[in-house]
Amino acid sequence: MRHQGIPRVVGKWFIPPILLFALYVQFHGDFGPGGGFQAGVIFAAAVVLYTLIFGLQATKQIVKPRIIEILVALGVLLYAGTGLVSLFLGYNFLDYTALDPAAPPHGQHLGIFLVELGVGITVAAVMIAIFFGFAGRRRLR
Amino acid sequence: MTEIIDIVLLSFMIVLAIAVSRMQNLFMAAMMMGIFSFLSAIVFTLLDAVDVAFTEAAVGAGVSTVLLLGTLSLTTREEKVAQKNNALALLVVLITGSALIYGTLDMPNYGDPNAPAHKHVADRYIEKSGEEMEIPNIVTSVLASYRGYDTLGEVTVIFTAGIGVILLLGHIWRKEGKQ
Amino acid sequence: MISVGLFNYWACMVLMMIGLYTAIARPNLIKKLIGLSIFQVSVFLLYISIGKVSGGTAPILAEGIVVYSNPLPHVLILTAIVVGIATLSLGLALVVRIGEAYDTIEEDKIIEQDLVND
Repeated sequence: MRHQGIPRVVGKWFIPPILLFALYVQFHGDFGPGGGFQAGVIFAAAVVLYTLIFGLQATKQIVKPRIIEILVALGVLLYAGTGLVSLFLGYNFLDYTALDPAAPPHGQHLGIFLVELGVGITVAAVMIAIFFGFAGRRRLR
Repeated sequence: MTEIIDIVLLSFMIVLAIAVSRMQNLFMAAMMMGIFSFLSAIVFTLLDAVDVAFTEAAVGAGVSTVLLLGTLSLTTREEKVAQKNNALALLVVLITGSALIYGTLDMPNYGDPNAPAHKHVADRYIEKSGEEMEIPNIVTSVLASYRGYDTLGEVTVIFTAGIGVILLLGHIWRKEGKQ
Repeated sequence: MISVGLFNYWACMVLMMIGLYTAIARPNLIKKLIGLSIFQVSVFLLYISIGKVSGGTAPILAEGIVVYSNPLPHVLILTAIVVGIATLSLGLALVVRIGEAYDTIEEDKIIEQDLVND
């Protein structure tokens, strides 16, 4: 699709709002429908759209595979790390009261925020990595 | 009114599933699966599961279609015609299906507020999550806090699947030009 | 007012069986995975149907609403959908590698080649 004008122009207009929408879904998930799982997939969809329009080479210069690889692990680490912090503060694993014992709902807010962020990072990175895997492979025959 | 929409959409899904199952052209089947996922997202919205509908619309109608098409471009677009006798498969499916439908006869009616599924922990989540979490979306508070262990496990599964795909198809970190 | 009764569950079972039939009767590996996806969606529908409370709304707390649908199935299925796509892509990656190794993705041809090689 690299030589077609309309997808290029429309894509340039659409990709930033999609990325913005992914961030909105990520951070507004406490109040309306949404959360890390959906946000990760939407974020990855924006990268997929970019790849379809501008090609894999151009995308890999912006979204470096090395960084994606690190992010895949970082999300899970952030999730499990939040659990471990509460464990070391003397509470149960993943008991977010530990993060602010004076005001438990505030601690819960912080915990849910961190955990959802971890989910979002892992899901987005895994989806992008999977897509790069399929797109980067050439037909042998 | 919603009951009629529900019945119509589910019938559409059954027709579409049969069409996908009989189709020789895999490209068409992949596109039909996108429509199938989208229909299921609408049914989820009808059944009050807005978060689930959101996810299904993003995943089923978006990413999974792209991945199926990617696989088709790397393998083949046409299914070879197999005129084998599938009577055994049909028999197994019919027996399993009738056993499962017989099982549903004991289930409470659709939407029954006194069904056992609503009598366990769900009431507590609905009543208490407002003051314990101060977050309006109950699904988020159950997902991330009450059932944080589950979600950690699921994220680990996604992580593992991602590593698996990177290992199987992994050119992603190799320099371009090298094969 | 029409009562749905058990229709939702029956529709789920029918979809499930169509998926199962596709997975066991079709020799093409991609078709098998598509069958598994249909099976998966039918299970999601079954769970969400069980979670529905008539007259209820989506489980997002708001003023003046008393009846909510059961949020627990929603949580389980929400995560299961994303896990489903991750495992589907793993299966597709395996299909791609099988296609490269055997030059076909039809199950019977693959078994034939295996028998010849033994």
